[in-house]
Amino acid sequence: MDFISILSIFVMACFVGYYVVWSVTPALHTPLMAVTNAISSVIVVGALVAGAAEGSVVSKWLGLGAVVLASVNIFGGFAVTERMLAMYKKKEKK
Amino acid sequence: MEHITTPPWAMLAYLVAGVLFIMALRGLSSPATSRAGNRYGIVGMTIAMVTTLATHGVASLPEIAAAIAIGGGLGFVTARKIKMTDMPQLVAAFHSLVGLAAVLVGLAAYLNPIAFGIAGPDGVIEVQSRIEMGLGIAIGAITFSGSVIAFLKLNGNMSGAPIMLPGRHAINLGTLLAILGLVGYFTQDQAPWVIAVITALSFVIGFLLIIPIGGADMPVVVSMLNSYSGWAAAAMGFTLHNTAMIITGALVGSSGAILSYIMCKAMNRSFISVIAGGFGAAPEASGGGAAKVQRPWKRGSAEDAAFLMKEAENVIIIPGYGMAVAQAQHVLREMGDLLKKEGVNVKYAIHPVAGRMPGHMNVLLAEANVPYDEVFELEDINGEFAQADVAFIIGANDVVNPAAKTDKSSPIYGMPVFDVDKAKTVMFIKRSMGGVGYAGVDNDVFYMDQTMMLLADAKKMVEDINKALAH
Repeated sequence: MDFISILSIFVMACFVGYYVVWSVTPALHTPLMAVTNAISSVIVVGALVAGAAEGSVVSKWLGLGAVVLASVNIFGGFAVTERMLAMYKKKEKK
Repeated sequence: MEHITTPPWAMLAYLVAGVLFIMALRGLSSPATSRAGNRYGIVGMTIAMVTTLATHGVASLPEIAAAIAIGGGLGFVTARKIKMTDMPQLVAAFHSLVGLAAVLVGLAAYLNPIAFGIAGPDGVIEVQSRIEMGLGIAIGAITFSGSVIAFLKLNGNMSGAPIMLPGRHAINLGTLLAILGLVGYFTQDQAPWVIAVITALSFVIGFLLIIPIGGADMPVVVSMLNSYSGWAAAAMGFTLHNTAMIITGALVGSSGAILSYIMCKAMNRSFISVIAGGFGAAPEASGGGAAKVQRPWKRGSAEDAAFLMKEAENVIIIPGYGMAVAQAQHVLREMGDLLKKEGVNVKYAIHPVAGRMPGHMNVLLAEANVPYDEVFELEDINGEFAQADVAFIIGANDVVNPAAKTDKSSPIYGMPVFDVDKAKTVMFIKRSMGGVGYAGVDNDVFYMDQTMMLLADAKKMVEDINKALAH
């Protein structure tokens, strides 16, 4: 992929992000932060590439370190979001 | 020029992951669809990880599995154990990890560029990739050290008071320019010292940027760091030519930026003034009291409060962070239940800055089993105070202070506040008449004719009201 294609995806995604985030109800802003935290750990993709690659031992260990950090976030972020969302209940109908 | 050999199916898989992340955020538009949204996010992450492992030699699988197990286990246990009041600290800690992970990935890519497909066989990194890498590492490092400071301040390990260095604006600006200059120089010379200095300076600037920001502005800071963690992921996505990372980075970056904007607006503070720091300091030595004359106010008892609310038709409860500190959310919900039994219409009104991070108060009320359809945002409920028989203020202060509307000299002037003065009766739970709000200003609501001050610990007072209601 050339730079312009990547940049196009990025700019479009910024606009999508803008509209999607404004549609998030303020009551869920804390879960929004927790889940954005979890998904921004998609950086784990880069960590996995480094951790799996041969050629540089230091690079490999840096990658594995990043895998640990990103995994804390992924599992922690999704789990805490799930926990919070489970608490939101509607009024019981009598 | 192009060295990346990502197969087309993998590129498609990353795109699917990116779309699933968009749907994860979309789900949060209502509590009813939110849990499905979170599942989309989990599926997206699984797809991204499996695709990466499948396309990049599985030789190191045992080490990688161990790394995921260690990190995942830690994260999962923390997520289960954390108290909802501590959510802002947790989020700050998580941001710091994303930042540090970005730095590590950037450095790994620098040391082994061929594995990332950003260098020729001679190991010379492409110019464009050098810029992306340099910026990615810089943003990641700022996110890391900034979030660590935010965590320490929120967690109480460090005073919330701003720490002002002399000439800090010049120092900050100089450091930022130096980082940008070095990223520029990095395109000419890929020597290790350049990347090392960029990393070090970025750690320093993250630290310098956050220490002068006071406790009251922490909701903005947490949102801002949320945004940075997204931009760091996006920069790494550019380096790796990975759509999932770019889409996610853009989403998270916009999300944090919008939340910062909402928080700033809710406090009537400009983003620049928050970043410049200095707000949320300890109240000035004399406080508001010295200039003011002693004014008369009325004290009420739990029995009086219970009697009035029982007779009321509409009660609006305004909880603030003080309620969470007193751990009064559960007894407050019981009070709401008792009142509803008496046929009273009970609503909760939440100011955007009621908690320590955006939406924090909603989570705390949800945890106490308050149904979310009884909870309203400032602009949705502010018109209803004229019809309210009782405005019940618990643990909040600045968000009901009319000085924000009338007193141009007040530090909170211009902040949107609840029009509690329109309610027939105002009940104000407060520990004593001495203390003032976070912003350190006196509140005219204390002295209004229709105000009844309920002076006690918030939890104790509500318990007493509940006893009186049960009779």
